[in-house]
Amino acid sequence: MTDLYRKEIEIKKEQFQYLVSDLNSPLNRTGSSFKIWIGFLLLLIAMAGFMYVRQLQQGLGTTDMRDIASWGLYIADFVFLIAVSLVGSLITAILKLSNVKWATPLTRISEIIAVAALIAALLIIVVDMGRPDRLWHIFVHGRLQSPIVWDILVVNTYLVISILLLYIPLIPDLALLRKTMGHKPKWQQKMYKILSLGWQGTEEQFRIMNLSLTALMVIIIPVALSIHTVTSWLFASTLRPGWDSTIFGPYFVAGAFMVGAATVIVTMYVIMTNYNFKAYITDEHFDLMGKLLVLTSLVYLYFNLNEFMVPAYKMKSGESAHILGLLVGEYSVLFWSVQILGMILPILLLIIKPFRKPKPLMIISVVVVIGAFLKRFLIVTPTLLHPFLPVQNYPESYHHYNPTFSEIMITVGSFAGIMLIISLFIKLFPIIPVYETAHEKGFPNEIINNS
Amino acid sequence: MEDQDYSPKSRRRFLQKFGSLGLGTLAVSAGLSESCTNPTKDQESGKKITLLNSKNELVEVDSAYISNLNKNLAPNHNSESRKGLPGKKFVLIVDLAKCKNARKCMDKCQAVHQLRPDQHHLNVLLMKDSEHTAPYYMPKHCQHCDNPPCVKVCPVDATFKRSDGIVLIDNERCIGCRFCIAACPYSARSFNWFEPKDAEKYKDVAYDIEKNVPQKKGTVTKCTFSADCLRDGKLPYCVSACPNGVYYFGNEYEDAVTNGTSGETVSLSELLAQNSAYRLMEDLGTAPSVYYLPPKDRTLIPEIEDTHS
Repeated sequence: MTDLYRKEIEIKKEQFQYLVSDLNSPLNRTGSSFKIWIGFLLLLIAMAGFMYVRQLQQGLGTTDMRDIASWGLYIADFVFLIAVSLVGSLITAILKLSNVKWATPLTRISEIIAVAALIAALLIIVVDMGRPDRLWHIFVHGRLQSPIVWDILVVNTYLVISILLLYIPLIPDLALLRKTMGHKPKWQQKMYKILSLGWQGTEEQFRIMNLSLTALMVIIIPVALSIHTVTSWLFASTLRPGWDSTIFGPYFVAGAFMVGAATVIVTMYVIMTNYNFKAYITDEHFDLMGKLLVLTSLVYLYFNLNEFMVPAYKMKSGESAHILGLLVGEYSVLFWSVQILGMILPILLLIIKPFRKPKPLMIISVVVVIGAFLKRFLIVTPTLLHPFLPVQNYPESYHHYNPTFSEIMITVGSFAGIMLIISLFIKLFPIIPVYETAHEKGFPNEIINNS
Repeated sequence: MEDQDYSPKSRRRFLQKFGSLGLGTLAVSAGLSESCTNPTKDQESGKKITLLNSKNELVEVDSAYISNLNKNLAPNHNSESRKGLPGKKFVLIVDLAKCKNARKCMDKCQAVHQLRPDQHHLNVLLMKDSEHTAPYYMPKHCQHCDNPPCVKVCPVDATFKRSDGIVLIDNERCIGCRFCIAACPYSARSFNWFEPKDAEKYKDVAYDIEKNVPQKKGTVTKCTFSADCLRDGKLPYCVSACPNGVYYFGNEYEDAVTNGTSGETVSLSELLAQNSAYRLMEDLGTAPSVYYLPPKDRTLIPEIEDTHS
């Protein structure tokens, strides 16, 4: 009997060690393709950096923004990145608190996306400033009346909570890395040692960890809703047709959950195929994420109906130029492409099960993500091009807004930055939570602690 | 007129104040005399000036000891400029019936504020209210709203509303977020997308918040109601530049406005009431300080003239 038990323990230990080495395998495989990838991303970031230095020297005139279209691609990018970051709270907090078990392997993916997107969002908003050298004015002369100040407060709060939600569940995994990564460079071992905070896996430590996680998960939900609500108020707090809307808050939040779900799908597909994680990120996961994408898209569709159909029905003066520009005018091709390809068609396709297989789902999600970015562009630009009073005595180019190469490269640089953060994270930390996976697979804590 | 107390007591207080200013000036020049510009006995002009000091005594001082009072009290201190002129609430009235699109106001404005040709503090628009009504020209300034959407959204208090109704921008404070441009329903604001016009030339000139010059790259600029002129008791640049008598400008509290071309001063309330004055986009609740008198005589519009010729 005891022999059998001991044997069972031995087998379990072996299975656990296999699991650990499997999930940590990305840390040990640094092929040339990864180096090329990082090099490529660094090149994009360097180009963006070059363009930004040029912008600093010559002024924001290196963009195509002018007095009429005074916000453009950068602001669209900012709104998009804030939207993407919302997925962290959706997967880690909302699903977890609802006792959804299947999302465990996706929590860290979504949380690192959230953190990376937030960092990029904070950078791109500085890029959009005419005087980034005066950023400190916000802290010295900040006025609480301004939605920008609200946004700064909530976005940074969200970033801190997101980093904690990324870091705290990582502590047991860091303790494992401390033990198993003896062959890594000194600095890396030291980093694991410091970051694991002397984790021993005692019951008390688990209790504290779970308590703080639950507290953070509860706190992050209202903070997450407010970051995108407040971001929508940057527009809704003005009087302009197209922005002067009372549903902008929930409309933006719904859109954010949609693009967030799609971003996670794309990322998990890349990770699954690249690191052969089929055993952890299964077809079942894709199927369920596909369903989640349909659900979030349906909510977003509902808000779109409200946002566009009601003003289009009334054709109030002021609103009508804006609405007609979108539905049948200058921006109609982009508008309908985004609405149909980026929202309606994905809903129709993803209702059918075969389309929720990994590959088709990934392709559809890529389209959703691109559509979501262009949608943010459509929210920012056409409204500005249709002010209340006629646009006269300006050069012809003021009537349109076509982002310059410089603007596009800087925006691309923001995406490259996000991918760089995620790629490096995968090389340094297990992207699929080791401890949580082992725990859910029924490995007892003694085995996890003592191996 | 502004409520003023002309009792002897008040005059006495005024004199006291003036006396202490005189003494202050004396102290300043005395302070200076210890350093470099010391008027020696020989340099005294012999011309005596009588001053009242704070002890209510009349004293005689040689004119050499007196420096220019106005210069020392120059109000163009930028922190002072945030307060506004006491007892004033400025209004601009634009008589659309008289505007012939001469654009002298625009030219003067761009020159004074060192603007590029595509930057407008003031823009003369060709308006057409509906398909079958005649067009007319409408000079459009910052409306200096009493409920200014731009001031509300500014994150750093760079743009602000003064007690005299003027909305200004401090381009040494502005961070260039352009939220105010997005918020302004009148498209009245402009941004320095590039190095401003003649930046090299004005590089060492001290910043004047009431004129918002020199312009600075990466900051927002806007109509100032020529606050610098108003402080000197003059009419705004655009108002005096108009050859057609389009503009009236004045103090709402005095109920008097002066035409920039004819110099004629009329009752504000009568002018507004008798001409069915209106403000732009009243329904937005911005409460502008700019009133428009309807364009009742529209035959001056070139488009119409073209069809006749």
